[in-house]
Amino acid sequence: MTWTWFHRLGSPPYVYRLAGRLTPWFAWSAGVLIVAGLFGGLVLAPPDYQQGDGFRIIYVHAPTAWLSLMVYTWMGVAAAVGLIWRIKVAHAVAAACAPVGASFTAVALATGSLFGKPMWGTWWVWTPRLTSELLLLFLYMGYMALRASFDDTQRADRASAVLAVVGIVNVPIVHYSVVWWNDLHQASSLTLGGKDTIATSMLVPLLVSLLGFTLYFGAILLVRLRGEILRRERATGWIREALA
Amino acid sequence: MLQSPAALTAPLMAVRLLITRDLMLAFRRPEQLLHPLAFFVLVTTLFVVSESPERATLRLIAPGVLWVAALLAALLALDFLFRDDAQDGTLEQYALSGQSLTWLLLGKTAAHWLLTGVPLALMAPLMGYALGVPASASVGIMLTVALGCLALSFIGSIGAALTLGARRGGVLLSILILPLAAPILIFGSQATELAIRGERYLAPMELLGAIVVLSFTLAPLAAAAAVRISLE
Repeated sequence: MTWTWFHRLGSPPYVYRLAGRLTPWFAWSAGVLIVAGLFGGLVLAPPDYQQGDGFRIIYVHAPTAWLSLMVYTWMGVAAAVGLIWRIKVAHAVAAACAPVGASFTAVALATGSLFGKPMWGTWWVWTPRLTSELLLLFLYMGYMALRASFDDTQRADRASAVLAVVGIVNVPIVHYSVVWWNDLHQASSLTLGGKDTIATSMLVPLLVSLLGFTLYFGAILLVRLRGEILRRERATGWIREALA
Repeated sequence: MLQSPAALTAPLMAVRLLITRDLMLAFRRPEQLLHPLAFFVLVTTLFVVSESPERATLRLIAPGVLWVAALLAALLALDFLFRDDAQDGTLEQYALSGQSLTWLLLGKTAAHWLLTGVPLALMAPLMGYALGVPASASVGIMLTVALGCLALSFIGSIGAALTLGARRGGVLLSILILPLAAPILIFGSQATELAIRGERYLAPMELLGAIVVLSFTLAPLAAAAAVRISLE
């Protein structure tokens, strides 16, 4: 068993071609699973006895909320790998993650607010989850703002990598401090229909949708990664060969 | 890795010398010391002006107002933490000095806290009193603001170091640091609230202390890495 397959992941031309080959697999499986999950969730699953059809937004809300955190972790790990071993491709992965993660966070916030209007009678409530999700959006924005404020790609990579690693340490602290903040100030009464009480007919489409959205993230990441590599390696010879 | 006592005294001495230097420099230009304090009083006043000046209302919003104002004042001062030293090349000399940059930045950040955090903490009970907070809460407010500013100085030192090479400093620093400062604000204002009500405020203080320990031990490492990147 040799480690060449692993070492090759540090080479931009190899990753560029690999990402190109993998993208359709991710995209098609994501498409099939999302359609199946949404069909199961929007058509097959029965309406909730308390929330009626309003609960169905979780088939978009829960996957995006889960991805908003997962993408941040992924970004932090990629940034740490890039920072420690100075791997250019890892920095490109982190750079490609940020806008995608920020978009998932924004969608999770928007769908949460759409859910809040009919359920709680208001577009926005300061529940711990909403608040920490909002702070997560600002963490993404800070990361992207820092990256954008350097002209030199290498410096932008390394500085934003430090920030991403700091963020990884801080995200749990921010999340739990926000949870405790609300616990101490007011009794939480807004968590209608906790996850443990969900019926199987509602849960299965949710899991399918979750997997579908995760694969969708994979597909988007691969496309963006190819773009990042193209932009970074535009002066090299292999790019001309690859695009010829 | 265990270090012998002799290996540890050198960085500690460097830290002490650095703190002395920064304090001396600051006291020779005392107007810089007053800016965060003036800002703190100003923001508190603006809060009061935007609310009704009834004591009951002010007393309700007092913990939040005090903390947001103190946080913003400390943040404003953070922008200058490394900037002067970066511009005249001192920071580069620190990096080349052979001393551990992590220790030196720890000293610089500690000096920064002594120069902004401590005065803000001393000022906070006065502003609290103006907001109708009973004088009995003074010690509690002072302790919590001092601890909170310490944590903010260390977390902020990462942001200050990261924005050294960036094109625009000030706003960027706020965007980077404020989301990370949310836990400080949460536990700090909680402790202040409890202190104002005359209850025991040890629990949120301990959580604040935990954040201080975490940032005190880890932030200088990240800040040193960031300074090295800015010097490349």
